[in-house]
Amino acid sequence: MPTMKRKHLRAVAGLAVATATLVALAGCSGAGGSGGSGGSADGSGSTIRVLMVNNPQMVDLQKLTNDNFTKKTGIKVKYTVLPEDSLRAKASQEFSAQAGQYDVATISNYEVPFYSTNGWLLSLSDNVAKDSKFDQSDILKPIQDALTGSDGKVYAEPFYGESSMLYYRKDVFAKQGLTMPANPTWAQVADLAKKLNDVEPGMAGICLRGQPGWGQNIAPLTTVVNTMGGTWFDKNWNAEVDKDGFATAANFYVNLVKNYGEKGAAQAGYTECLNDLTQGKAAMWYDATAAAGSLEASDSPVAGKIGYAAAPVDKTKNSGWLYSWAWGIEKASKNATAAEKFIEWASGPDYAKQAAKAYGWAQVPPGTRTSLYENADYQKSAAAFYKQVENAIKSADPENPGVQKRPAPGIQFVAIPEFANLGTDASQQISDAIAGKTTVDAALKSIQTEAQKVGDTYKKKQK
Amino acid sequence: MSTATLNAAEHQASGRAAAWLKRLPLLPALIFMIIVTQLPFVATLVISFIHWNALYPNDVTFTWFDNYAQVFTDAQFWSSALTTVLMTVIVVLVSLVIGLIIAVLLDRSFRGRAIVRTIMIAPFLIVPIAAALVWKHAIFNPSYGLLNGILTWIWGLFGQAAAAPQPDWVSSQPLMAVCAALIWQWTPFMMLILLAGLQGRPLDVIEAARIDGASTWQIFRFMTLPHLRPYLELSALLGCIYIVQNFDAVFTITSGGLGTANLPYTIYQTFFEAHDYGQASAEGVVVVIASMAIAILVLRTVSSLLREEKR
Amino acid sequence: MSAPTIPAPTASVAPARRARVGKRRTSEAARKQRRRNSLLALLAWVIGLIFVAPIVWMVLTSLHSEANAATNPPSLFAPLTLQSYANFFGSASGASPWPPLINSAIISVLATLVVLVLSIPAAYSLSIRPVRKWSDAMFFFLTTKMLPMVAGLLPIYLIAKALGMLDTLGLMIILYSAMNLPIAIWMMRSFLAEIPVELVEAASVDGASLLLTFRRIILPLASPGIVATSLICFIFSWNELLFANVLTSTSSYTAPVFLTSFVTSEGLFLSKVCAASIVISLPVLIAGFAAQDKLVQGLSLGAVK
Repeated sequence: MPTMKRKHLRAVAGLAVATATLVALAGCSGAGGSGGSGGSADGSGSTIRVLMVNNPQMVDLQKLTNDNFTKKTGIKVKYTVLPEDSLRAKASQEFSAQAGQYDVATISNYEVPFYSTNGWLLSLSDNVAKDSKFDQSDILKPIQDALTGSDGKVYAEPFYGESSMLYYRKDVFAKQGLTMPANPTWAQVADLAKKLNDVEPGMAGICLRGQPGWGQNIAPLTTVVNTMGGTWFDKNWNAEVDKDGFATAANFYVNLVKNYGEKGAAQAGYTECLNDLTQGKAAMWYDATAAAGSLEASDSPVAGKIGYAAAPVDKTKNSGWLYSWAWGIEKASKNATAAEKFIEWASGPDYAKQAAKAYGWAQVPPGTRTSLYENADYQKSAAAFYKQVENAIKSADPENPGVQKRPAPGIQFVAIPEFANLGTDASQQISDAIAGKTTVDAALKSIQTEAQKVGDTYKKKQK
Repeated sequence: MSTATLNAAEHQASGRAAAWLKRLPLLPALIFMIIVTQLPFVATLVISFIHWNALYPNDVTFTWFDNYAQVFTDAQFWSSALTTVLMTVIVVLVSLVIGLIIAVLLDRSFRGRAIVRTIMIAPFLIVPIAAALVWKHAIFNPSYGLLNGILTWIWGLFGQAAAAPQPDWVSSQPLMAVCAALIWQWTPFMMLILLAGLQGRPLDVIEAARIDGASTWQIFRFMTLPHLRPYLELSALLGCIYIVQNFDAVFTITSGGLGTANLPYTIYQTFFEAHDYGQASAEGVVVVIASMAIAILVLRTVSSLLREEKR
Repeated sequence: MSAPTIPAPTASVAPARRARVGKRRTSEAARKQRRRNSLLALLAWVIGLIFVAPIVWMVLTSLHSEANAATNPPSLFAPLTLQSYANFFGSASGASPWPPLINSAIISVLATLVVLVLSIPAAYSLSIRPVRKWSDAMFFFLTTKMLPMVAGLLPIYLIAKALGMLDTLGLMIILYSAMNLPIAIWMMRSFLAEIPVELVEAASVDGASLLLTFRRIILPLASPGIVATSLICFIFSWNELLFANVLTSTSSYTAPVFLTSFVTSEGLFLSKVCAASIVISLPVLIAGFAAQDKLVQGLSLGAVK
């Protein structure tokens, strides 16, 4: 028996050791190669890891990296590219834990205010912004302001910037004998949508986002709320969601898209709307200015047929939003020097030319630098819309977007960390209302409760 | 850890050694599972008593049961619990029924039986996230999805293409849309198990019953079904285990909107989007306790799968 | 995709007997029976085709250009092109699919090996030489499978961060092993329980060491079970998204995570998503088709033993 025991033991030990070895072997990092590694003082030889959103311009950047950045600086770049919602979740997790998995991430003017307050971002004021070649003064003012922390330091550099505007089919308007005012009101737009609905088979009067997600339907809806006199919070953090201005706007928005909107509106986001307009399934579309490039692209069936008008208004002078995808460096990054070099390239003045050379001026990331709007080549390629976009961005005022004072900055959002969750909950209710699964009033009532909970935590802090 | 347990075992050279020796092969797996699944749960339990939102790194305090109070008063949490139950029951029942029908059909020989069986398995072998993406974009999409495309095509046969109904499948029936994709994936799984069960039937007894004049239905009802019972239980159990935890389909098809957020998605959202670590943990603890209670109930009473006397 | 020949001895006996019985009946009844049989066969075919239709549609879409993939009604006969596959394999996008595919392969294979190494001895203790109250142990393993995995996500993230294991293959291998171990132990136990205890005892009486008994008797008899268990572990490891999404970043991200990046915010992507979905499902499809009868056996044994 004793020998039996011994053998028994040995067999088990063998299996256990085999397991341990396997796990140890696999303990190293994956086929993506080892993580960020330090190089020499100027960053060459190091590898930085970049987390970014999968917009087409970013994908272009990814393709341009090797020839235009790595070959010149010796810095390798590893990207993780994610759709917007996943990106946001991943970035906030990464930054809040200061997990050090990434050196640079695309963040936006929504995150910068509280990321910088929490000390999660490396200030760019001392290096990038001071670099004369980078030319910080060339960055459009509203964008730069939106990426500056409350301490006055710059915390992120823009890759692209956008506002919102109204797209419409010039040819369809002409055929119907309709005209678009240069600065339309929402009442006029609703009227036009009614007239244009179904004038061609399968053509919706207007396309508006209905998809859940605070960056989806809540963004355009909040700009309507602003201009119709509503707000999420008054300056004392009282939630105002079920009050007049907000309720009028929400009812208006939901009814407009329900009556004259696109098919599948409750699940249609930016992508779906862009497809609808491109495929001739909508006569108008209110959305981000960034879409202009795609609509006028050479392979777009509606190129040359699109007219551009300012974001529709009601009680305010303008209502366009302000948004920027920008590069921020994580405080925990061990490759700050290399990361700064990366930002100087990706947000730098020469990037536009490199992108234009590879993909044409139409695909250059817009909305960040004055020099781009003064560039003759760009003006020529974006002749149809560049002025409208520049004006929209320049007239956006995140500090004061509505008719009343606000407790926190932001046009299409409230720049507080809770808004991502609050807005997501709200967006699902709004989407339900568009789908007819609930009424707008019921939706607003439930959003109001959630919003007041958030407001209360700030009231406590103010005391 | 392996050498540690080994040494411990060797020191115990007493009379209990034999019993321990018998347990020894079990220990690595047991210890591994305790470390990987139970320790994190202890951490979850601890965090659930802490007010901790990662977005406010300077505001972390001990709060006793505040997080639980929030969970229990959160209407969304309850509705996602209901959604989870609904989704699981619908998907498991429907895929069991369809799976059973196909298994019965496939249990007879006919031309191309092997081919039909092979293509029936295929949906189970598509990566779930891929299946969800394809259902959402290539099948349900109201503008260019397959379903509405077929409708246009059928109406087009009568020259009425423009009049074809083009329902918005995901918005009008969100829960059903998610369930449809899941049923499509899980029916093959159920079918596989039931088919194995059918093929293990004692055929001579059935043949005898047939000669004695039993109808096909009687044979099915009184011989096949009782024989299939453990197989039905097994497939239902495995189906429940995986569908209760489903994340990919909800995450992809509706992003939790339109009342389709189930518990895994809700906890994911609290953790990953709201970054409320405390509340996410409290939600986790509540769900763990509830599923434990249900699991114990099911495993101990309903199921005949785990009976000591079987060995 | 040719249909593998499936040995199904029990089922093939049945029709033969039925046929013999049929001869005794009148030709009228036989004709009726034949018609019913062919109707049922037709029904099986129809259901089969409905179930495979989404996959056929997926393949077809992946072979169309983006513009042809997004038409309504569908352009079934549009020219076929491999463009989407070419795009997927890196010529048009900046990211190569190879690192995530390789990561997924390493993680799934190693996690499966770990599961086998842990589950076979455990199953041995639960069947061939069962410990007292083995069903309690089995019960424990099964209940861990019923724990919502998502409840452990946060602590695992924090622990992994503290140990510097975020974004490593090792972490994913450990987690996927734990995820699949309960089912594997259950399946392996069923297979080992099939082995006559006398055989094992006879071997040890003859003086064969445990290892020898294991290699000569247990392993060969349990090999179909090992194949089935490995296959199930491999499939579920390959498919997992939630944990991989949260716990990996640039180095060890897996194929499902990579797939989520294919829904772009702009432009048409249907064909590309379908192509990517097919490529990423391919390893599972191949493994599953190759071993489908083993899969049936493995999944069902838990019910009988």
